[in-house]
Amino acid sequence: MPETTPVELLRSLESTAREVRQEVIRMTFAAQSGHPGGSLSVTDLLTALVFHELKIDPARVDWPDRDRLVLSKGHASPALYAALALRGFLPREELASFRKLGSRLQGHVDRTKLPCIEASTGCLGQGIGMAVGMALDARLRHGPQRVYAILGDGECQAGPTWEALMAGGHYRLSNLVAILDRNGLETDGTTESIMGIEPIAEKFRAFRYHTIEIDGHDFSQILSALDEARRTTDGPTAIVARTVKGKGVSFMEGKHQFHGKPPNKAEADQALAELSRTPEAPP
Amino acid sequence: MSAVLGKAESLRDAYGKALVELGEKDPTLVAMDADLSGSTRTILFGQKFPDRFFNVGVMEPTMMSIAAGLALQGRTVYASTFAVFAAGQAYNFVRQSICYNKANVKIVATHGGLLVGADGGTHQIVEDIGLMRGLPGMTVIVPADAPTTRAATFAVADRYGPAYVRLTRENLPTVTDGSFQIGKAAELRGGTDLTIVAVGSLVARGLEVAAELAQVGISVRVLDFASVKPFDAPALLRAARDTGAILVLEEHSVLTGVGALVASTTSENYPVPVRRVGVPDVFGESGDPWALMDRYGMSKERIRDEAWELLRARGKVH
Repeated sequence: MPETTPVELLRSLESTAREVRQEVIRMTFAAQSGHPGGSLSVTDLLTALVFHELKIDPARVDWPDRDRLVLSKGHASPALYAALALRGFLPREELASFRKLGSRLQGHVDRTKLPCIEASTGCLGQGIGMAVGMALDARLRHGPQRVYAILGDGECQAGPTWEALMAGGHYRLSNLVAILDRNGLETDGTTESIMGIEPIAEKFRAFRYHTIEIDGHDFSQILSALDEARRTTDGPTAIVARTVKGKGVSFMEGKHQFHGKPPNKAEADQALAELSRTPEAPP
Repeated sequence: MSAVLGKAESLRDAYGKALVELGEKDPTLVAMDADLSGSTRTILFGQKFPDRFFNVGVMEPTMMSIAAGLALQGRTVYASTFAVFAAGQAYNFVRQSICYNKANVKIVATHGGLLVGADGGTHQIVEDIGLMRGLPGMTVIVPADAPTTRAATFAVADRYGPAYVRLTRENLPTVTDGSFQIGKAAELRGGTDLTIVAVGSLVARGLEVAAELAQVGISVRVLDFASVKPFDAPALLRAARDTGAILVLEEHSVLTGVGALVASTTSENYPVPVRRVGVPDVFGESGDPWALMDRYGMSKERIRDEAWELLRARGKVH
C-alpha cells in the first residue's frame, strides 16, 4: 500500500540498496568472478526482505521462530551476503573474502559455512523445494515462521522448480512466498529466445498461487506485495517481480554478458561512481 | 532351502514396521514417498501418522529437496521410493539438497538391483551403491535380510546425517541375528582358507557355497558388509591376512560397487587376490528374478567356480 508506506522507509531502503549494489561490484571485482547481473537485479527484493519484511535477528541466528529466506538462485550470493552484512549478520570486511579459498562466502551460498544462510543452493531448481519443506515444517509445528524463496527466471525452465511449486500449491502453504526475479536474461541470452517461460504469471496462478505482478525495483510496490502475501491465508503467494539485469549500472543493465562475468578495474570504478550518486546528491 | 539359511522374509515389511515404531518414539519424525508407498511399505507409517506423512507423487528429485527442507528444521526425515528413482532420477538433489546441506534425511530405497525382475532393465539399477557411496557424508547400508533391515532402519536414525539404505524387492532368507551396527562387518561364518565378502541378496548364496566347501574340507569365512559406508576396513584387512584371498559377491555393477571398494582397500593396505562376482557392465532385462541373477553372472555355480579359482591361486587346492 504505497499511500501508507512512510517516505522515510522507502528512502532508507533505496539508500541501503545502493550500498548493497556497491558491495556487489566490489565483491565480484575483487574475486574476478561471480554473477553481478543477477545480483543487481535481485538487490531491491533482497533489501526489502532483509531490512523490512523478515523477522530475523543478527544476535539470534538460530532463533527457531525466525522467518526463512531461501535464495534458490544461489548464484546471486553477492547481493545476499552484502545485505546480510549490512544488517549485521557478518562483518562487512568479510565480504572481501568472497570466492577465496577458506572463505565462508562461497561462490554459491553455503549454510554449513555461514550460519545465517538457511539453505545451500547453487544447482537450480532445488531451493524452492527446500523452502516448501521448511513451510511444511512450520505448519506441522503451528509456528509463526514464514518462508520466502527467491527464484531466477532461467530456473523456471527447470522441471523440478514446477514440481516444488506444485507441492506448495497442493499443500496450500499460505506461509510460503515464491518471489521471481524476472530479469528476462540467462547466461546465453533472453529467456524468451532460449526457452520461453511466458506467460509466467498465469503459470503461477495455474499452480494455485495468489500471484502479484510488480516492478521489482519499486520499493512501494515490493512492500505492498509482501503485505498482500501476508494477508493471503488460503494458499501460497507468488510475486512476479519485473526487474532489470545489472540494475543500477548503466553498462550492465539488460546485458546477459554480465550474468557470470565480473567487472574489470575500469568497469568497477565506473559502476561504483554511478552507484554513489544519490537522488539527493546528483553528480 | 539350505539348512544354513533361515526363513525368507520381506525386507520392505521389516522397514515399514520399524518406521512405524520410530514414528511412535519420535513425534517429530516425518516420512515421505513418491507414489510407491504400498511397495516401499511407508504406507504403514502413513496410515498411523497421516499428518506426518507426505506422499508427493511422481516427483522424486523434489521429494529430496522437500525432505531436506523439513530436516533442516530439526526433524529426522525418511524418504522412500525405488532405488532407480532415489539414486538415479534424484541424484543431484540427493547430492546438493541433502548431502551438501548435511540434512538429516534417511533415504530407504527399495527395489535395488536385478531382483526387480519382470519390470526389466529400466528399473533394475545396479549403479546406486557406487553413486551413493561417492557422496561425502553419506552413510550407505545394504541389508541382507529382514532383521538387518530392521536394525539398520533404527541405526540410521541414531546417526545424524544423510543415509542411503538399499533394500531388495524379493523376500530374502534370514542370515543374521539382527545385531547390525553401522561401520561393522558381521562374521557370519569363521574360516581360514578364503573369505567371502558379500552384501544384500548374495550373502545367502555366499553362505550356501561356504557350507558346500566345508564338506570337502575347505574353510571359508563369510563377512556380511551391510555397512558399505562407513566400511569396516579392519575386518577386511584381518580377513586378507588370515585367509589370503577374497571373493566379493554383490548384486551391483562390478565397476563401482563393493568389489571395487574391496580391491582398492586391499591393494593399498594388504594386497591379496580379489575376485568379484556381480553384474558386468550391462543393463538387465525382464525375467524371473533369480533366473536373472543366474543369467547375469551371480549363480551359485559361478560363485563356486570363482572360489575354486582363488583357492587354486593360493595353492590351497590343485
